[in-house]
Amino acid sequence: MRAVFPVLTVVTVLVSLWYLMLIPMNSHQAALEAERAGVVVSPETARDRRDLSGWAVALRNPGPVLGGVWAQERPRLPAPHQVAIELWETTVEKKITSKRSLVFHGWITLSATLLGFAIGTVMGIVLAVGIVYNRAMDLSVMPWAIASQTIPILAIAPMVIVVLNSVGLQGLVPKSIISAYLSFFPVVVGMVTGLRSPDGSQMDLMRTYSAGGGQVFWKLRLPASLPYLFASLKIGIAASLVGAIVGELPTGAVRGLGARMLAGSYYGQTVQIWSALFAAAICAAVLVGIVGLIQRATLRRMGLA
Amino acid sequence: MTVISASNLDLTFQTNDGPVHALKDVSLEIGKGEFVSFIGPSGCGKTTFLRCIAGLEQATGGTLRVNGMTPDEARKARAYGYVFQAAGLYPWRTIARNIALPLEIMGYSKADQAERIERVLSLVDLDGFGGKFPWQLSGGMQQRASIARALAFDADILLMDEPFGALDEIIRDQLNEALLSLWARTEKTIGFVTHSIPEAVYLSTKIVVMSPRPGRITDVIESPLPKERPLEIRDTPEFIEIAHRVRDGLRAGHDHV
Repeated sequence: MRAVFPVLTVVTVLVSLWYLMLIPMNSHQAALEAERAGVVVSPETARDRRDLSGWAVALRNPGPVLGGVWAQERPRLPAPHQVAIELWETTVEKKITSKRSLVFHGWITLSATLLGFAIGTVMGIVLAVGIVYNRAMDLSVMPWAIASQTIPILAIAPMVIVVLNSVGLQGLVPKSIISAYLSFFPVVVGMVTGLRSPDGSQMDLMRTYSAGGGQVFWKLRLPASLPYLFASLKIGIAASLVGAIVGELPTGAVRGLGARMLAGSYYGQTVQIWSALFAAAICAAVLVGIVGLIQRATLRRMGLA
Repeated sequence: MTVISASNLDLTFQTNDGPVHALKDVSLEIGKGEFVSFIGPSGCGKTTFLRCIAGLEQATGGTLRVNGMTPDEARKARAYGYVFQAAGLYPWRTIARNIALPLEIMGYSKADQAERIERVLSLVDLDGFGGKFPWQLSGGMQQRASIARALAFDADILLMDEPFGALDEIIRDQLNEALLSLWARTEKTIGFVTHSIPEAVYLSTKIVVMSPRPGRITDVIESPLPKERPLEIRDTPEFIEIAHRVRDGLRAGHDHV
């Protein structure tokens, strides 16, 4: 509970800044609307105002601007309360089967995220075990894993979608694979470090018992790696969500948070874009939070936290 | 009866700066039930020799027998328990489960495990601490738990590499006393590496003085002290005389360099 006050302070500052920035961002539009309503603004035409900065328009027409920047139909920057209302209307007040429900779109993206996260985690762990136990893999896999992460995911995503579509896979699976592509990497890195974390005397102890390879893995390396794994999973699940959203962008998908954002940008629906953005951010926070809870429970049971 | 016998043992490490003679021409017999201390300055090969006995290092020359087998065979036959300088308890296991670790690996039954855990916990005076995690225990108690872990299975030999090196003087005295009574009760053969002259003299039936470059044995002292040793024995003339001899041996080793 001690975190509440600092968090609220930061939120207040950010929201205040956001409201302040509405003035320069939306002043041109506000002046235009005032002009159309018959109010005399200065300069008189939109053309003359075009080269003025947002702040300059606001200073010259304080009345119309301050009256009109907060609740426009298609603002450049929507106000926080507009986004909040849109979020409320598209989650709570819409049936979740509706095409306009963010819960509906959120679930589409979330299911791809979770499947991708599962694939990425399993792949990451398998690769890490290979790297630790196989010298050839140790020397060869890591450079490729690192190289894979230097390629922009936006460049790869369309190719994955097209290639998989040609073998008859579409919808959930291609998006999950793009999502897994982002999430396996932190798992590999964390797991390799974790599996190698037992020190010399812990390994020697196992040798004095003449323990087999499997016993060393299950009784020493794996438990020692769990704290590292959980740190990686937190990064991995957030990356999975990003991957799932990116996977919806280049494909003309009509469902999912990414599709909502893309459609919003086609039609200038900034409120819709921002509400989809916030829905994604809230999903990410909840997912990371859930992984964090599992981490706490597991490590506490192991006596490590 | 000889349990450990080394003759003309050599161990040379190849390093970038050329060969390092960790052990040269080391010959030693250790009988059943003896308490043998290895003492000497850093680099004299005392830990290396202990690791050779444990089959954790391979000698490059000479012969070494443990229970009549090669060290590797002895290791596979689980002939010894090894106590490291750091307690090295697995932090995700409780004390009882740490002691169970070698028993699980060696395939003891659950019931047998429970019975042995109880027995060794009381042997090192840690009754009732089985459910605690290592971080809940002091350094001295952790080291006692690691000794219990080495005692849990049926090995006649106990190898200890500076087990009390990181502990303070008072705790060390207590643990030395406890170790002696434990040795008397279990009749194990103990190999014990230490830096401390009083510790070596107080504990041992045989003190092996070693010196570095190359690592070798410079003196082997059979202790005339009785098996029953209260802490006050350290003020007796006999004790002081042996300590002198050890110190002389250490100094002689340095003069050769």
